[in-house]
Amino acid sequence: MPADKHLLDPFEQPEAEAAFGPDGASEATAEAAAAEAPSGGTGGASAAKSGTSRTRRSGTLRASETLRWLWTQLTSMRTALVLLFALALAAIPGSLLPQRPTSPVRVREFITANPQLGGFYNAIGMFDVYASPWFAAIYLLLFVSLVGCIIPRVGVYLRGLRAQPPRTPRNLGRLPAHLAFSGASTPEVLDRAEHLLRTRRFRVRRLPDSVSAERGYVRELGNLVFHVSLVFLLCGIAWGALFGYKGSVAVVEGQSFSNTLTQFDDFTSGGAFRAGQLVPFTVTLDSFEAKFETGPVQRGAARVFRANTTTTVDGVSSQQTLEVNHPLVVGDSTVHLVGHGYAVDVTVTDAGGDVAFEGPVILLPQDGNFLSVGVVKAPYARPERLAFEALFLPTAVDTENGGASVFPDALNPLLLLNAWSGPPKQATGAPENVYSLDTTGLTQFTVDGKPLRFTLAPGEGFDLPGGGSIAFHDWKRWVSLQVSSTPGLWLVFGSVLVAVAGLCLSLFVRPRRVWVKVSGDRVEVAGLDRTEGRGGLDDELVLIADGLGLAPAPTAGAGSNPPATASAGPATDADHAAQRAAEDEGKC
Amino acid sequence: MAAYWSNLAMVTSVVVYLFALAAFAAEWAAARRLEPVDAPAGVLVGSDGTTLGGGLPVVETAGDSTAGAASSEARDAKARLRVDLFGRMGLGLTVIAWGVHLAGVVTRGIAAERFPWGNMYEFVTAALLFVVTIYLVLAFRGVRWLGLPVTLLVVIGQGLAVTVLYVAVAPLVPALHSVWFIIHIVAAAVAGAAFNVGGLLSILYLMKTRAVRRGKVRGYLAKLPSPQRIDELAYKFHAFAFPLWTFAIAAGAVWAEYAWGRFWGWDPKETWSLVTWVVYAGYLHARATAGWRGKRAAVVAIVGLVCFWFNFVGINLLVSGLHSYAGI
Ligand code: HEM
Repeated sequence: MPADKHLLDPFEQPEAEAAFGPDGASEATAEAAAAEAPSGGTGGASAAKSGTSRTRRSGTLRASETLRWLWTQLTSMRTALVLLFALALAAIPGSLLPQRPTSPVRVREFITANPQLGGFYNAIGMFDVYASPWFAAIYLLLFVSLVGCIIPRVGVYLRGLRAQPPRTPRNLGRLPAHLAFSGASTPEVLDRAEHLLRTRRFRVRRLPDSVSAERGYVRELGNLVFHVSLVFLLCGIAWGALFGYKGSVAVVEGQSFSNTLTQFDDFTSGGAFRAGQLVPFTVTLDSFEAKFETGPVQRGAARVFRANTTTTVDGVSSQQTLEVNHPLVVGDSTVHLVGHGYAVDVTVTDAGGDVAFEGPVILLPQDGNFLSVGVVKAPYARPERLAFEALFLPTAVDTENGGASVFPDALNPLLLLNAWSGPPKQATGAPENVYSLDTTGLTQFTVDGKPLRFTLAPGEGFDLPGGGSIAFHDWKRWVSLQVSSTPGLWLVFGSVLVAVAGLCLSLFVRPRRVWVKVSGDRVEVAGLDRTEGRGGLDDELVLIADGLGLAPAPTAGAGSNPPATASAGPATDADHAAQRAAEDEGKC
Repeated sequence: MAAYWSNLAMVTSVVVYLFALAAFAAEWAAARRLEPVDAPAGVLVGSDGTTLGGGLPVVETAGDSTAGAASSEARDAKARLRVDLFGRMGLGLTVIAWGVHLAGVVTRGIAAERFPWGNMYEFVTAALLFVVTIYLVLAFRGVRWLGLPVTLLVVIGQGLAVTVLYVAVAPLVPALHSVWFIIHIVAAAVAGAAFNVGGLLSILYLMKTRAVRRGKVRGYLAKLPSPQRIDELAYKFHAFAFPLWTFAIAAGAVWAEYAWGRFWGWDPKETWSLVTWVVYAGYLHARATAGWRGKRAAVVAIVGLVCFWFNFVGINLLVSGLHSYAGI
């Protein structure tokens, strides 16, 4: 067990020697000592340890003590460490298995392909990891631990703010960096030291025969700010999740969308959301431009998506373009362009010559070249209702063998159809999937015993064998718009910003203690870095000694340990330089 | 035209890095024959690999500081000179390779008329350029010994980039048209470079600690500073990289809010960035937890680096998500 300067900060106690003594101290005493030291960076861990030893001593565990013990365990550094690793581990399966909120279809496929494993995964929430109770348990415990850890540390910090730098230890020679100058003492050396250290932004305490100075209090402040911001971050996320909403809707060129619940194809909202929160506005999709790479490199890759819209808010209309990284902002809601595809403008006429269906039909893209599928339904066609399964190929090839599209833009658009008919159906009001055809009660049109299939180019039509027809006027594009509101977003990003700032302070500020002591005609200058990497400490001591007018070649301090003038000797110069280099890297 | 020069420069840089690696390896091989350096009595190593006696000054174990027997001293001095020569050759070659590499990245940007980190090939080459830049800054401040692992990493990375990951110059897909593209990716690349250097240092730290414990510090390991020093340097790189990585993730979240209307969606790439972040937070905590600093913390840092690489290679190639448009 190393006698570490974090755990074993001698200067919180008057007896510096005791703490810097030989390494015989057992872990328990070392940590107990650290627990009494109020401003150590590891307050959590040491508090836990002292709690343990206290309960052990009392022999019997009463309920309140058990609770107390649990609490100190939970808020210990070790628990924080374990919970952090648990969080990292728990987040992994959700990235490797399909997740229900983002890809429900693949979840269904997985379960169908592996019924047993899939069923098991399903039972333990593996298909919705980030909403599962065990995932929530880990991060909530972590945050409880965090709060339990911060609150006492804030108290300690506030008390420490008013405290004076610690008393000068008796034996400065045992400090990691130490310079001694014999015969250098002058009456005013301590006054000068006090002044010099103040100008170097140390907090200074004058003692009868020494000056004790400390700086770098903001390190712990940064650390606290960072951890507190994490709590605010979680609150911001929770706020957004409770009061936010997100809906999506497909809009064909020429059509409009009004921001009301009934118009969404898909809508999710937090528990505290009220429909009245939806700001009223209307978006009309005037046109949608899509451009794709036609060169040899990345042929077919997307290059431009631009939706030209007319937006009406409070009766005021304006032209706005909507692009992938440029959402529309209306009140506290944003409208994002999240997808696009093809629609076909068709008219279905029934055997009686009446128009049974007219309008654009949205088709769903199936691959990167926008081979799209969908259904044209004409339930009011008489005497029989009609339905068509549609396959749209923007750049069609190979239409004899099922057909394929070789480019995402509509260079050679063809619509492949097969047709069904059946007796009229009673309207039940049950919701029907508009993208797939339920063929119960329908019969497919056939020619010579084979299913009837026909191909239409824009402007063409087809007459069905028993009467009735379908006309394919033209293709159009549709866009998928996502309307969402996430209140508390400013809190989320604000806390992250503050957290990063606190983090930089915490990681790059190096708290340091320096003492200047006069004993007889000897002047000693010694220092201690309270964090890792004592880079620059030796240099600073030399600078301070210079500033005090002490002789440049110091005599080694007479301690029982090797002198701390570690910078002597050519072998280590390179390392010093290296260390300094790394420090420069580390500046925020 | 610029694309042609870029490709040529990238391939050339791999070759020169390979020569640099060979020179550093020769330095190591030559150093092997030197007197082994035992762990000096001044340094006691605890079971967890940390140096005992916290505040004690570190006694250096650098090869140069050992005094051999008088008779072998002259021979030794000559051998040391040779070792040094190889080392300097390695460094010189690394500087040349770096210049060529830089030219390759810049001309790639000129050819594409945008910042050259729009796909995996470009990201790897740019991030490795940051790695070598960091190394060179260090090397001229006395940390030349990191040359062997750094050139090894770069040769492998650049080699894979020009052979497996290469794609011809092309414009960006609309989703990448954003200032956040620059901010987010630069932060990620620089943080990644620093994590890589820190990870290499943590590996060296573990190797050196082991050698010191067994009393067999020779060859390349003898050229390294004390384990504690390596550990401190490793910490500094992680401490530098961590806030930057935090910022990179935050910038990514802002961008996602712009592009997709949600700042976090548990996309595989997002998830693994968070996993990496949490592991590195664990590393920083481990260093402040009794019984965890030293060897265990170094292992956590290496796990963090593995997560970083998995996020970059594994997720891009194995798992499909929104981010995979950047693909190869
Ligand atoms: C959400 C979970 C947490 C995260 C992401 C986190 C992250 C971090 C990071 C990055 C650091 C290093 C920066 C610094 O030194 O200030 C740190 C330090 C620290 N954390 Fe946490 N932390 C978390 C929870 C906790 C908990 C629960 C505790 C209490 C047991 C805790 C106690 C500390 C302490 C005492 C330090 C200072 C270590 C030192 O002195 O070097 N943290 N934390």
